[in-house]
Amino acid sequence: MLTVEHLNVWFGHPPARVDAVKDAGFTVAPGESFGLVGESGSGKSTILRAIAGLIDTWSGRIEVAGQPVAARRRDRAFYKTVQMVFQDPYASLHPRHSVDAVLSEALRLQGMDDIDRRIARLLDDVGLGRGFRFRYPHQLSGGQRQRVAIARALAAEPRLLLLDEPTSALDVSVQAEILNLLSDLRAEHGLTYVMVSHDLAVVGHMCDRLAVMQQGRIVEVMTVEDLRRGAARQDYTRQLIAASAGYQRA
Amino acid sequence: MTLLSVRNLRVTFPTRQGTFEAVRGVSFDLGRERLGVVGESGSGKSMTGRSILGLVRPPGLVTADRMQLEGQSILNLPERKMRKIRGRRISMVMQDPKFSLNPVMSIGDQIVEAYRLHAGGARAAARQKALDMLAAVQIRDPERVMQAYPHEVSGGMGQRIMIAMMLAPDPEILIADEPTSALDVSVRTEVLNIMDRLVRDRGMGLIFISHDLNLVAQFCDRVLIMYAGRIVETLAARDLHQARHPYTRGLLNSLPRLDAPQDRLPVLQRQDSWRDGDPIAESLETEFPGGL
Amino acid sequence: MNAARRNWLLSDAPQTRRQARLGALYQGWLTFRANKLAMFGLIVLIVLIAMAALAPWLSPQSPFAQDLANRLQPPSAAHWLGTDHLGRDILSRLIHGSRITLFIVGTVALIAPVIGLFIGTVAGFAGGWVDQVLMRITDIFLAFPKLILALAFVAALGASITNAVLALALTAWPPYARLARAETLTIRNADYIAAARLQGAGPLRLLVRHIWPLCVSSLIVRVALDMAGIILSAAGLGFLGLGAQPPMPEWGAMISDGRTYILDFWWVAAMPGIAIFIVSMAFNLLGDGLRDVLDPKGAKS
Ligand SMILES: Nc1ncnc2c1ncn2[C@@H]1O[C@H](COP(=O)(O)OP(=O)(O)OP(=O)(O)O)[C@@H](O)[C@H]1O
Ligand SMILES: Nc1ncnc2c1ncn2[C@@H]1O[C@H](COP(=O)(O)OP(=O)(O)OP(=O)(O)O)[C@@H](O)[C@H]1O
Ligand SMILES: [Mg+2]
Ligand SMILES: [Mg+2]
Repeated sequence: MLTVEHLNVWFGHPPARVDAVKDAGFTVAPGESFGLVGESGSGKSTILRAIAGLIDTWSGRIEVAGQPVAARRRDRAFYKTVQMVFQDPYASLHPRHSVDAVLSEALRLQGMDDIDRRIARLLDDVGLGRGFRFRYPHQLSGGQRQRVAIARALAAEPRLLLLDEPTSALDVSVQAEILNLLSDLRAEHGLTYVMVSHDLAVVGHMCDRLAVMQQGRIVEVMTVEDLRRGAARQDYTRQLIAASAGYQRA
Repeated sequence: MTLLSVRNLRVTFPTRQGTFEAVRGVSFDLGRERLGVVGESGSGKSMTGRSILGLVRPPGLVTADRMQLEGQSILNLPERKMRKIRGRRISMVMQDPKFSLNPVMSIGDQIVEAYRLHAGGARAAARQKALDMLAAVQIRDPERVMQAYPHEVSGGMGQRIMIAMMLAPDPEILIADEPTSALDVSVRTEVLNIMDRLVRDRGMGLIFISHDLNLVAQFCDRVLIMYAGRIVETLAARDLHQARHPYTRGLLNSLPRLDAPQDRLPVLQRQDSWRDGDPIAESLETEFPGGL
Repeated sequence: MNAARRNWLLSDAPQTRRQARLGALYQGWLTFRANKLAMFGLIVLIVLIAMAALAPWLSPQSPFAQDLANRLQPPSAAHWLGTDHLGRDILSRLIHGSRITLFIVGTVALIAPVIGLFIGTVAGFAGGWVDQVLMRITDIFLAFPKLILALAFVAALGASITNAVLALALTAWPPYARLARAETLTIRNADYIAAARLQGAGPLRLLVRHIWPLCVSSLIVRVALDMAGIILSAAGLGFLGLGAQPPMPEWGAMISDGRTYILDFWWVAAMPGIAIFIVSMAFNLLGDGLRDVLDPKGAKS
């Protein structure tokens, strides 16, 4: 479903150039859920943004559903296949657009018809009642906002969903709801996920395989079974697993 | 010694549907310790923190029987006096770092300005201090990050920048509102170590607001569990996993676990009785009166 | 208003698009209404508009009718606000002058912010050399004192009320462009803009549907606060004889006419002065109230 090879992403020009991602590569099979973990600032969000076409300055090869993607502007067909959910639900909804406006714009841009019915469907899909349809973001809680963001991403009926820490801003009870929702949606629509998270337990719960990143590089790709068994090949991964077992006072 | 003592804190907002009580009678004492505050979204954790610093925006109204910083009342102080306390004596790491940083000002300028506001001193010295603080929170190339604008740093970096900014003036009390929610575990450990050292070596009091129950259980000394604006349970942090309140248990159960995979996560079934039922084990006084 | 309708408007869970929109408007109105001073400003403006609309019926006499025998009369029962040096009734002239004031204010308020919004958001959103060029142009305009620049325009175009308005509008936009650009800079990297891009929204759509709605509110507030200045500038041009031409009852020109007699016949200059003062203040108060309603920072929580 997704192949990334020799991906380099940089920002700015020398001498202030920042190489955020260096020679990253991984593949994700259709229907798979792939985790991306690693150090803060190691380029996880940047990889997702490059795949989604939100960053122009990259080199390498990205293939989605067997098709190499264009370096810069992506066409509508691309956005019908790939959608993204952002890290911060408080920043990812337009403050002056109601839920209805957000979803109908997404549907219209994708050239869908029968918008009223589809909006109702989307809201049902993400477990929001009809009562939420005309609310504005400030009338929604963090978890409800994230549901709207997921509904917006689902509007295009994509096959690949990029999830950038979808629950890190939410409390544990809402996290459980959102994770269950994502599992259900994947089973129902046969979606493929690439999910960034810093919580190994969340990745362990949601994903089949994962890549570990450090300083812009992918240092290890492993299965979740290996993660559970603690069978890591790299020092950094071992460190990560040890640290996620809990905080020990220095 | 008790650093901060709060009794019957209430925060109310007049709304068009009547008044809304975001915090309903919270009482606690803070010593030179790590006090965890956990609870679901909207339970009033941030409002509790903000009200201590006088940061509840009107029309919000803060009342309390007592709110004392080392014996001196800080309830509803005039803004001018509050500004002297804020930052220097009590500082707060806000929940949403990207929202709290000015999007059109470079990060270095913001830290330097914040530091000089409290500590004064020459620009060069403040700059050096800022670089040191950034390095201390594990930012890899502080020189570059000083030049960067908030949208050019990652989510976790933004969070660490806020922490660096708040720790620079050496406060007596730090209120950290979800300070590590976007950090990976290894960096998180380092950041927690910094706070831990400040508590142990300098006797800082720390209020650690978080929804990560495991972390709070391991990092803090005492935990307050909040639901709907009230403290429903107070426990020593190491006993968190033996919590008795069904709400606390529900929160614990909804955590995914690496060692025990499950298909679906149990979600919380809220009960009305939690809103006003009796709190469990409410001991107000800090258990660490002499500090640690 | 009955309770059912009120609850319908204030509902947390509106059922239709119309209900949501009306609800948002009503909320805004409630906030605005809570500000007593702003309500006063609004009432003054409504009176002004009514005055302008009904001028021929309201004014006791023709604003142009001269009566040299009764020149420079103090306020009396016959002439409530007195007469000027040609014996014209000052009250009638003020009432008719409100039309000119409204015309000036309305046109400037329509043209300047629109130019500013467009230039500012395009500059902020496009960035790069587009930003550089547009902002340098803005800087050039900003470098001249507004009134001097307006004078130069009027001098070049010829003295008339239309040219005065045009000159004012052309000199008033740069601050709005600055403001709109600053807002755009804070908005353009937001995740919701990135999300809209991912839906396939092009730059034009992002600008019009996503960025403008967020800039417009602060612009409106700013315009309302600037209105006072614009009225004064217009009056200033009138005073210098570069705006409205005699015998048009423009308030600034009326002050100018009265200045020769200011010591002995104070009302000739003072009456239009008071009118300008009241209307300017009304706009300022209105702007304050609008800020409560529209400023996203105040309205967010
Ligand atoms: N627009 C930008 N301009 C310059 N540098 C950038 C920009 N966006 C990201 N970076 C840099 O790229 C690096 C990777 O950032 P990224 O957001 O991908 O990290 P991340 O792995 O998602 O971290 P986190 O877990 O903290 O969110 C960081 O060093 C960041 O400063
Ligand atoms: N200006 C306001 N007017 C009315 N209610 C408000 C206002 N600000 C906050 N609240 C309410 O106060 C309650 C407590 O909010 P608070 O931010 O303290 O929650 P929290 O426990 O920090 O949640 P989270 O984990 O999501 O940060 C919420 O229900 C919120 O809706
Ligand atoms: Mg990130
Ligand atoms: Mg909070």
